[in-house]
Amino acid sequence: MPYIPHTSQEIAEMLSVIGVDSIEQLFNEIPPELRSDGLDKIPSSRSEMQVQRLLTEKSMQDGTPLCFAGGGAYEHHIPAAIWEIATRGEFYSAYTPYQAEASQGTLQVIYEFQTMIASLTGMDVSNASLYDGASGLGEAVLMSVRANRKAKSKRILMPATVSSVYRQVVETIVKHQDITLDIIDFDRTNGTIDICKLKQQSEPFVALVIPQPNYFGCMEDVHSLTDWAHEQGAMVIGLVNPVALALLEAPGNWGTQGVDIAVGEAQPLGIPLSSGGPYIGFMACKQKLVRQLPGRIVGRTVDLEGKSGFSLTLQAREQHIRRSKATSNICTNQGLMATTTTLYLAFMGRDGLQKVAASCVQNTQALIELLKTSPGISFPFGTSVFHEFVITLPADVEQVIEAMAEEDIVAGINIFQYYAQDGLENALLICVTETKSTEDMAFFADTLNKVINDLTGGAQ
Amino acid sequence: MSDIPQELKYTKSHEWVRVEEDGTLTVGITEHAQGLLGDMVFVELPEVGESYEAGQDCAVVESVKAASDIYCPVEGEVVEVNEELEDAPEQINVNAYHEGWIFRINPSNPDDVDNLMNADDYTALVEAEEH
Amino acid sequence: MTQLNEAVIEDKLIFEASDFTRKSSSLAPDIDVDTVAKSLPEHLLRKSDLQLPQVGELQVVRHYTSLSQKNFSIDTHFYPLGSCTMKYNPRACNTLAQLPGFAGRHPMAHSSMSQGIMSCLYDLQNMLMEATGMKQVSLTPMAGAQGEFAGVAMIRAYHDHNKDDARTEIIVPDAAHGTNPATAVMCGYKVKELSTNDQGDVDIEALKAMIGPQTAGIMLTNPSTLGVFERKIKQIADMIHEVGGLLYYDGANLNAILGKVKPGDMGFDVIHMNLHKTFSTPHGGGGPGAGPVGVSGRLQPFLPVPMVALKDGQYYWLTEDELSLSIGHLSAWMGNAGILLRAYIYALLLGREGMQRVAEFATLNANYLLQRFADAGFEIAFPERRASHEFILTLRKEAKQYGTNAMDFAKRLLDYGFHAPTTYFPLLVPECFLMEPTETEAKTDLDGFVKAMELILEEAKESPEVLKQAPYTLPVRRLDDVKAARELDLNYYQSHAE
Repeated sequence: MPYIPHTSQEIAEMLSVIGVDSIEQLFNEIPPELRSDGLDKIPSSRSEMQVQRLLTEKSMQDGTPLCFAGGGAYEHHIPAAIWEIATRGEFYSAYTPYQAEASQGTLQVIYEFQTMIASLTGMDVSNASLYDGASGLGEAVLMSVRANRKAKSKRILMPATVSSVYRQVVETIVKHQDITLDIIDFDRTNGTIDICKLKQQSEPFVALVIPQPNYFGCMEDVHSLTDWAHEQGAMVIGLVNPVALALLEAPGNWGTQGVDIAVGEAQPLGIPLSSGGPYIGFMACKQKLVRQLPGRIVGRTVDLEGKSGFSLTLQAREQHIRRSKATSNICTNQGLMATTTTLYLAFMGRDGLQKVAASCVQNTQALIELLKTSPGISFPFGTSVFHEFVITLPADVEQVIEAMAEEDIVAGINIFQYYAQDGLENALLICVTETKSTEDMAFFADTLNKVINDLTGGAQ
Repeated sequence: MSDIPQELKYTKSHEWVRVEEDGTLTVGITEHAQGLLGDMVFVELPEVGESYEAGQDCAVVESVKAASDIYCPVEGEVVEVNEELEDAPEQINVNAYHEGWIFRINPSNPDDVDNLMNADDYTALVEAEEH
Repeated sequence: MTQLNEAVIEDKLIFEASDFTRKSSSLAPDIDVDTVAKSLPEHLLRKSDLQLPQVGELQVVRHYTSLSQKNFSIDTHFYPLGSCTMKYNPRACNTLAQLPGFAGRHPMAHSSMSQGIMSCLYDLQNMLMEATGMKQVSLTPMAGAQGEFAGVAMIRAYHDHNKDDARTEIIVPDAAHGTNPATAVMCGYKVKELSTNDQGDVDIEALKAMIGPQTAGIMLTNPSTLGVFERKIKQIADMIHEVGGLLYYDGANLNAILGKVKPGDMGFDVIHMNLHKTFSTPHGGGGPGAGPVGVSGRLQPFLPVPMVALKDGQYYWLTEDELSLSIGHLSAWMGNAGILLRAYIYALLLGREGMQRVAEFATLNANYLLQRFADAGFEIAFPERRASHEFILTLRKEAKQYGTNAMDFAKRLLDYGFHAPTTYFPLLVPECFLMEPTETEAKTDLDGFVKAMELILEEAKESPEVLKQAPYTLPVRRLDDVKAARELDLNYYQSHAE
């Protein structure tokens, strides 16, 4: 029997201690009419060798395509040592560090994680992780409303330059709290928040969300946006890509005061794409908001001999103590991903992260140069971007993506599906990271030209 | 049995109330309550000028293992809060009835305080809870 | 040996090993950062310090390897945490989920390029439906609490859809996990707390008094957090359904009944499963988890998206385009897909036969431990009841007689090399230990654990101070939680700024 070590001798001894004749008798408090042993639709047990063969086949079934998609999930090089260490049993199979003395490894890693996230975002304090960037943004919105309990408004200004998938998730999470998400339009010429439309907002609002870089890969004018929102008496939530922060100003330093809450997706820091998860949301804030921060937090303290150590702290905010008045219902978070993120940042260091970011920028510009010569392709928002950019195609974007898939390329993300009302017909969002070689980019450009040529019958 | 001063009034939710000479009411949590909660680590004070109904939660005291709402004992407006607790929440543990006071209110109706428990009733309540 | 070593090598934070003049990494691309930075808008560039540690690769490996050795884990210690199901995490699940074809797949890769992973998720949906007796399963919630949120949000969507907006209350037993009331509030409901009787069952009379047209639903765990099976579940289900409410099943304790009873047969309308418990995906020091939800027919239209569907031999993402009443998306993509994959692999390895053994041996181990502790003179919280996969000891007698509380016992257990059971939960039982041995523990380890508790009980009688000062043999002695909360130090650079 898989993973059950009992011998028949032991089973007999145990039953005799309990004073029953059979294991079946142990279930005698369950009303018989409810009993059902039927698991007919579940296949019979398989050996590890059989399962390995099956899963290997399934993993290879779709090949290993060249990936140019981003949009919130990014392919970066993952140092080999990271997962070797993260999957050590002592990290992998430990529980939440409630017994601090028996969990100093995990606790110190989280303390280091918090420090690294705070440093990266330029904020005072960070929590120990949230599920992912999208749900993290939902938590940030709830937090901003919580921190402004006295405000009459529960209105959040949410730019259309925030990923539409993220906006959907936020909507799901906050919709029962009477919070309004007002979408702020974007400037059609440069793909950033439409400042004129933003400044027309006359009703009070609780917070403005500012993405950097935004969903289109464009860079928002974060300093003036932050100052403007603060002048309106509102808070600012910075939604940031952690790799970009190696080169772009940290949200803690946007404008004269910095944002109030910084949130984002840390998947780019050492976590595989893995069809969308497990990833890890990070959240950091100003010191004065620390008691509104959701999720676990680790603090440094001393033991009874005065030696430095770590433990979970501020737990009275959390559901297991505060129950219906907790800051969030979150319990299990993305602990192992916090470990991998910490490992990634430790291995890369300041210089390494800057180089990764710079390489992304350089490669992105290199592909843009190649595509500039492609007939029929245009750049609706220009080319001043970080590591993603939007092109519009002279052919049906979905057909292009499918044809590129035939050539083993993930061409990017069809964003026409999200921005159909905004004139972004046949728009494709493309991402280039440090993982792409000159040959990869040339192959992408050539294939795209060929596909467009085929689809348009050579009209381009 | 913990200290329950005769001259104070009490609530079922373990607040104590002292009627001051100027008619305002000083509010804190009882010796018994602080003992149950343990070492205080944070106090969230109400805002001066804010009005609360009787029984409305208006402050939070937080220990390592618990967070507990403080309820306004009678309807009134907060006129002063004990800002020292922000830096020294342990005052509640050290001296719940004096340095550990939490806020002062101006009651809408001064007679409301008569509806609160006296020391004997509160003693009985605590004894009942301990059984 | 350790002692001598400690005298010369201090425990350091990674930041203390950093030196910004060190340049030794082979991990980053070779590129001139300043040149590239010039191509970006100058006013948006980072001007503030980027304080990330500069440490050599071996030194990083050694630092984190050494930290890992300061942890207790399933792989190293018996870990009988009640309500957490700390069973063996088979290595095959991790190794196979990390195959390049799975790990490298972008979530927005066209579904024609994702058939392999989608077939796994589709099969997992079906297996979970069969195991729980629910009509349909959505895998996207990323942890138990998010599954709870999805479940209660579906209850709300159902009532809203029926224009039944007078339903404002969710009933939660007083012994429930804190996530239950916290979730109900996030979904805009008021929480009504339901009392438990002295046998650990729901107080039916109290329930009768609180239900009515205002009842949106009830959240129950069965077996409950008290480690006993709720025998009147069918009656409770009928009572709730009669007043138009729905039943939510918290799957935290599914390990106790896998293959024996199905939540669907008990009358539940919606459930969540903690795959990081019952289906053995790793706890990872606090996560990630996975909290799929299953529903009865009437909640099917409200399931969170995406799900995996099959048409003409092709798997595709079922989204709100087809499920217009869905409560929506809970994560950017398919939840914790890589964790779902690990659960799928585990389910394949167990198979039908293995799944039936799970509840049997989890229950055998729990009842054996219970009896051994009763025989050793410990007080069982519900001695009249059969243990499910877990049970509760109360150490109130020891606390009174020797002044040693449950936490003192817990800390002393660490010295004996056992992780402590869950302490002080559920809140209803004073000085409690909630113990869950799981099916993968061998009898010899259970016997060793009992022996340790017996020795600690002796110590409590003879020299209670030994317990109160414990632990002695771990990397740190008992920690000052009060200082941690009063003098917050959450960020090295902030707290140690020069």
